[in-house]
Amino acid sequence: MSAEGHHPAPVSPVEQRVAALEALLTERRLVPEGFIEEITRRYESEIGPMNGAKVVARAWVDPEYRRRLLAHGTAAIAELGFGGPEGEHMVVVENTPAIHNVIVCTLCSCYPWPVLGLPPAWYKDPRTGPGWSASPNVAG
Amino acid sequence: MDGIHDLGGRQGFGAVGHSPAEPVFHQRWEAVARALLEIVAGAVEASGGEFRHAIERMEPGHYLTSGYYERWLTAAATLAVEHGLVTRSELEARAGGRFPLSGPVLAAPVVDAGIGVGTPRFAVGDRVRVREWHPPGHTRCPGYVRGRAGTVVRVDGLYSVPDIEAHGTARRHEPTYSVRFDAAELWRDGQRGVWVHVDLWDCYLERS
Repeated sequence: MSAEGHHPAPVSPVEQRVAALEALLTERRLVPEGFIEEITRRYESEIGPMNGAKVVARAWVDPEYRRRLLAHGTAAIAELGFGGPEGEHMVVVENTPAIHNVIVCTLCSCYPWPVLGLPPAWYKDPRTGPGWSASPNVAG
Repeated sequence: MDGIHDLGGRQGFGAVGHSPAEPVFHQRWEAVARALLEIVAGAVEASGGEFRHAIERMEPGHYLTSGYYERWLTAAATLAVEHGLVTRSELEARAGGRFPLSGPVLAAPVVDAGIGVGTPRFAVGDRVRVREWHPPGHTRCPGYVRGRAGTVVRVDGLYSVPDIEAHGTARRHEPTYSVRFDAAELWRDGQRGVWVHVDLWDCYLERS
């Protein structure tokens, strides 16, 4: 390498594996043009916890909506235009002074994408499922 | 399968970290890996059960030391190889090194899904016990509830049994239930006043 040559960031093994699979699938014409960029943009800017916040805020000010939300979560959430993958069968629970709900997937990382977006790192952490299923009051 | 993914109740993992200002994707390759899984799953018509099982079959050490999107990548590549879209040697040649894939499916393919259960066998308030069994394939029944007794608190609709859909094109639909377990029933020193609700398919349960 020349003295004045730039030093590009090293490509990690996992990045090389992603690039390999992407290249092979692209050669087989399985990657629609713009698909990766579009789906990434949607999850970065349109689908996220701001959607769930709208649902909760509506329930705060509209008792009839709150009742529908707790009784038929999927339909009530769809009223605000939210739905899609991982949101097909939604159940809504409510915290009270006596009951605190913690949602955890102990087998993978199931998460309600339409209202909360893609799961954050702590939810996907292998430490989350083990502790919360056994000791939800102390874990985390 | 009683794989490395079924971690409920395991100890010694330490505290869970939390960063409020976390980006959706930390690096671009994560977004690409996520999109590639959608592409592969669509191309090979993989069910949710087949996709999850592809992750569960990862080598345990690799599973625990890889992040969420590396698991998606591994599942995508595994399904792509198993369904003949690409070969392992092509992947390794392009990646310029080893490309770890998930281990083989241990369960036999499901040809006959059996007859679906159209009417719930259990009602809200019924006491049920989770069957004690150790299927070699995919299941959505966590190990820590097997053999344990709980109470049905909600009856949901009919859903495709993951244990079947993960292993072929056959499908069977059954009611699912939210079953409430006392933490003390699941963990000998379970916390008082803690209930664990688990969504379980009809075939996982027997009357208690």
